[in-house]
Amino acid sequence: MKEKDIHPAVASAQPYQLAERDEDSGPLFESEEGRERLRKVLSRYPIKTAALGPLLNYARERHGWVSAGAMEEIAEHLDLTPAYVRSVATFYTMYNLHPTGRHLIQVCTCIACHLNRADDVFERFLEETGTRPGEISEDGRFTVMEVECLGACGFATAVQINDEYFEDVTPEKVGEILEGLD
Amino acid sequence: MSYPHRHELETTTVLSRYHGDPEALGLEGWLERGGYATLKKALDMQPDEITEVVKASGLRGRGGAGFPTGLKWTFMPKEPTSERPHYLCCNADESEPGAFKDREIMRWTPHLLIEGCLIAARAIRAEHVYIYVRGEYFPVTRALNGAVTEAYEAGYIGDDILGSGWNCDLTVHIGAGAYIAGEETGLMNSLQGNRAEPWIKPPFPAQAGVFGMPTTVNNVETLASVPMIVENGSEWYRQWGTEKSPGTKLWCCSGHLSRPGNYEIALGVPLRDIVYDVCGGAPNGKRVRAVIPGGSSTAFLTDDELDCETTYEGLMEAGSSLGTASPIVMDESTCLLKAMRRIAHFYAHESCGQCVQCREGTSWITKILRRIEEGDGRMEDIDTLYHLCEQLTGRTICVLADSVVFPLRSSLDKFRDEYEAHIRRDACTAT
Repeated sequence: MKEKDIHPAVASAQPYQLAERDEDSGPLFESEEGRERLRKVLSRYPIKTAALGPLLNYARERHGWVSAGAMEEIAEHLDLTPAYVRSVATFYTMYNLHPTGRHLIQVCTCIACHLNRADDVFERFLEETGTRPGEISEDGRFTVMEVECLGACGFATAVQINDEYFEDVTPEKVGEILEGLD
Repeated sequence: MSYPHRHELETTTVLSRYHGDPEALGLEGWLERGGYATLKKALDMQPDEITEVVKASGLRGRGGAGFPTGLKWTFMPKEPTSERPHYLCCNADESEPGAFKDREIMRWTPHLLIEGCLIAARAIRAEHVYIYVRGEYFPVTRALNGAVTEAYEAGYIGDDILGSGWNCDLTVHIGAGAYIAGEETGLMNSLQGNRAEPWIKPPFPAQAGVFGMPTTVNNVETLASVPMIVENGSEWYRQWGTEKSPGTKLWCCSGHLSRPGNYEIALGVPLRDIVYDVCGGAPNGKRVRAVIPGGSSTAFLTDDELDCETTYEGLMEAGSSLGTASPIVMDESTCLLKAMRRIAHFYAHESCGQCVQCREGTSWITKILRRIEEGDGRMEDIDTLYHLCEQLTGRTICVLADSVVFPLRSSLDKFRDEYEAHIRRDACTAT
């Protein structure tokens, strides 16, 4: 979605698409788009610090991950120290602090999925992509990770690939899912 | 996608009526289905009148604790001032393993949630609503964002709502993968741009919540239930459920079930009916061995204990809890020790680390369970686990530590033979 079409009320909650990320990991807020996002997000909260989460999301949305440089830039715009920004960014699991493959594959292995062969699904993704957990595949396409509950317990095993959910996944379906990804 | 299922025990589908109906998603379709009519009605009501109706309906918080919603609203100060504005936070950080009901509400009927938020905001005199959605729910967030944008453009949110002179803003905020952000003070800390660390109450949210201002935090299902109650009255809502647990509940059924999924069922039916009749019991003719009735933080029930009434009190009497009404069912092939280890691992991963008992305790429980699972257990490990249960109960800022104790202690009590078999390196009692 183009920045001008994003309503300020939802500017803090933009889904991201790693596959379409901006490969340029330059400054976030030097472009008109970046400044517009910053203005919109700041307009929604009575204190500046509250924009921290939304702006870390924005860094991930733009670059696919949150670099030290992005954290410093955010810190500067919110009058925070880079150390504080880092302390928040590392608390959560979804601000990727390292680059990932173009398709970030997150397999839920929490209890309900665990009961429905999630461990085998996870193993199969690793085998088929030839990676170890968290690693980027040689062709740069895939990173496979294990995650805690994705909130799709009735449709186990749940797998999230970038911003899409795949449900009722069995080890047998893994090959087909991977074939559908560029 | 196995949703929605319909079943005769679904005596009514008032809350989930439009789940599965893609035309209810957009504003036009929503208005055709009577959407925002209750908001109009609420704009003609005084805030305290709205609170009274909700109080009289007996609606209890659907996020797990079951606190009476109307009563919670009365804790808010009467009049906000320009220095002390009121806020409403909608807790959409659904992250209890087993729960997946809020996501269905938001993805099929986002306008219902917006309407509920606005009516509640009017009742507590809030000037801004924050819907805190868990970060993983991208498809849901997309639906919600679309609805919020439409509602703003049509004048249902913002300044002078529908010409009433009342202003209320609404912002969608996404989390970033922290279970503890679903705890109300953790949520507010996260919303403020901090680590999602819970704080000790007092101060209670109604005194000093998000941004230090009077705040109410309500769950998605709670807020989505508000419009129908305000529209039809408290007596109407009380036609379902029991005196102390009125209304209907969205159930999230998962694990080893023939028909897992979401079902809206009046409170009070026996849990056995939900597991067997609605969900068809365990698949492939297997026996049900254990059920965690309210999400992973509630105590195990055995198949013999399923005749309890599905109300807040009924499940408490059975030694467990209704929680988020998310039964996770395990059939006879399940190794309970391994399942418990997986649950404990979740809490160890999600502990925020502020309280020593929780930070250390949850990970030691996981390590001990893994050791037993790998055949290196000792009989005294069982006593150590019981001892840890003692140490983790009621000693921490929030209830995350207690959340691992409920399933752990009950599994030790009810499936001790399985723990002992693993320690003796006998075959696992699962078949």
